[in-house]
Amino acid sequence: MTEATHEEYAIHDEHFAHGHHDEHDHHGPAKGFMRWVFTTNHKDIGTLYLVTALIMFLVGGAMALVIRAELFEPGMQYVDPAFFNQMTTLHALIMVFGAVMPAFVGFANWMIPMMIGAPDMALPRMNNWSFWILPFAFTLLASTLFMEGGAPAAGWTLYPPLVLQGGAHLPFAIFSVHLLGMSSIMGAINIIVTVFNMRAPGMTLMKLPLFVWTWVITAFLLIAVMPVFAGAVTMLLTDKFFGTSFFNAAGGGDPVLYQHLFWFFGHPEVYIMILPSFGVISTIIPTFARKPLFGYSSMVYATASIGFLSFIVWAHHQYTVGMPLAGELYFTYATMLIAVPTGVKVFNWVATMWKGAMTFETPMLFAIAFVVLFTMGGFTGLMMSISPADLQYHDTYFIVAHFHYVLVPGAVFALFAGTYYWLPKWTGHMYDEKLGKLHFWLSTVSVNVLFFPQHFLGLAGMPRRIPDYAVQFAEFNAMSSVGAFIFGFSQLIFVWVVIKAIRGGEKATDEVWEGASEHGLEWTLPSPPPYHTWTTAPDIK
Amino acid sequence: MSHQETDKRKHGRLVWGIVFVALAMFGFGFALAPFYSLFCEITGLNGKVRTEAVDEVAYDVDVSREITIEFVTELNERMPLAFSVETPKMKIHPGQYYTVKFYGENLTDRPMLGRAIPSITPGTATAYLKKTECFCFSEQRFEPHQRREMPVRFVIDPGLPKDIKEMALSYTFFDISDTQKD
Repeated sequence: MTEATHEEYAIHDEHFAHGHHDEHDHHGPAKGFMRWVFTTNHKDIGTLYLVTALIMFLVGGAMALVIRAELFEPGMQYVDPAFFNQMTTLHALIMVFGAVMPAFVGFANWMIPMMIGAPDMALPRMNNWSFWILPFAFTLLASTLFMEGGAPAAGWTLYPPLVLQGGAHLPFAIFSVHLLGMSSIMGAINIIVTVFNMRAPGMTLMKLPLFVWTWVITAFLLIAVMPVFAGAVTMLLTDKFFGTSFFNAAGGGDPVLYQHLFWFFGHPEVYIMILPSFGVISTIIPTFARKPLFGYSSMVYATASIGFLSFIVWAHHQYTVGMPLAGELYFTYATMLIAVPTGVKVFNWVATMWKGAMTFETPMLFAIAFVVLFTMGGFTGLMMSISPADLQYHDTYFIVAHFHYVLVPGAVFALFAGTYYWLPKWTGHMYDEKLGKLHFWLSTVSVNVLFFPQHFLGLAGMPRRIPDYAVQFAEFNAMSSVGAFIFGFSQLIFVWVVIKAIRGGEKATDEVWEGASEHGLEWTLPSPPPYHTWTTAPDIK
Repeated sequence: MSHQETDKRKHGRLVWGIVFVALAMFGFGFALAPFYSLFCEITGLNGKVRTEAVDEVAYDVDVSREITIEFVTELNERMPLAFSVETPKMKIHPGQYYTVKFYGENLTDRPMLGRAIPSITPGTATAYLKKTECFCFSEQRFEPHQRREMPVRFVIDPGLPKDIKEMALSYTFFDISDTQKD
């Protein structure tokens, strides 16, 4: 084998069937369905992740609508309580592991190589594997719906002993979690290796776009905590089937141990979902404010600080388990500390917009809504960090309102913003700006109608995860359900906008957004980019 | 080209480094189980009580202090056992030994194996409650419809922090008959 073919094999191994080529740069993807099964191209895999995430977003959303339909009025209407609990559990698992995380991995696959001037991800075949594990994991998880006893119904936290008392679903749900964890870890390995080893010459770490930085930190969080979660659910499995007593008090174990293990994973996990959002927003705001990002290095350090702090605050999810005063105080102060780097970020976003020549295209609208609404979710988080106050909020709709504010107009809006921002680059066509704006306004108004009243419900004492409620909660619940249905169906506009842009439309320029080529290497590539980009590394100024 | 080869080696080193960290974190999750137990035992958090008898040593009885102790009897998952205590609440002096009788009656036609798990509130009092005899030290076997008396002999160490005036000792019985079938 000559050295030339050897290199070609390494970089373009999806072409192995074509044998030797001298001008491999001109080759597009293979034809047909098998292109997607065997692909090792970062753009194809990015697309696969994004399409999967969109489908799972709609599935998880449909489950949320089942929940909101049942809660539209007091009393039991449509579903029995057991199914209601299955819906809350699956909605959360699917949205976290099926929608938000894969969508950000999709962004990472598409954008990181293009942003750092690399020809592809460092480990293309592992990249293929980490994606194709997902459909199997979700099949396992969804299959539990059709089993005796139904799907897991103990909430996404899978707390014992409740989760151990369900039907046949447990091993399926746990193996599904194992697979999802493996997929995430492989994705994280790929991102770290790509960013550390594949940057174009001159692309120093402190020149990396912020989206890349936030993803590197996210990848480290994934590596550190997914295995702990895998370990915790493995202990559930052995407790149930092999007679161990990790969480079984009769055998000397303690169910509270599971809560500590879960939240040691769970708290960094919520930052795994939000840090890449910070990256997307930090990329979009400078483009539409036509100014460089304010305080780039403070953004990097703030992200790293948030990543570090996420490991030492986990027990603020368990203020009610009976911790000693010293523990409550420590976790209160440590949790409040997170507001400092987060405040730095919000300040920097606002300062970037300050005196900027702003225009308000759909990505920017979503980015601004993110800054405002995510900050609101952050403030309710600050309220709950105070342990004596949290005893009142714990397990009420207040917490539901809080984490939906940071995850829906937080993480999901960042995903919308990023999709509108990069869609013309990916497809080569401008999306329909009118429909995009319609999607934005409907989503932003309805998401507040949906989640804002839940603050009041929680403060008044309505517990979460229960299919019925006292009549004094009726008005706010009705309001919330109306918002939910408007929000849910508004997402069909988004689906249509994406399909429309894929099928055609006004040709997008290489730069797409005025002055964008100042803000990232990806805008110096053609729209759509050729199948292989940066086969020769770009010059970094 | 040779830089391709060095690239591969560079990737490999990093990949195995990360995989090692991931595996270590998997192990760390399991290591947390004994750490957590140890932590609770040392600090007395979580009301985790020693389940071994202590030797009966004489303390100076502090008659100036009176502590209210309550006994709570609970069953896990509707275990068919009638579980009660002779005196649910008593006033005691630190340093003096007391015996309190608990009763358990098997309500079924089959033999039953139970295990009682103790817990003390407030957790900071845990280290000062010493038991020379307790049914929670071992598994308890009940023949069909057998009613048994189970005494607990205990003392409160006079070193008990001054701010503790009330405490509760709770026992939860777990049915472990199924785990012992051969």
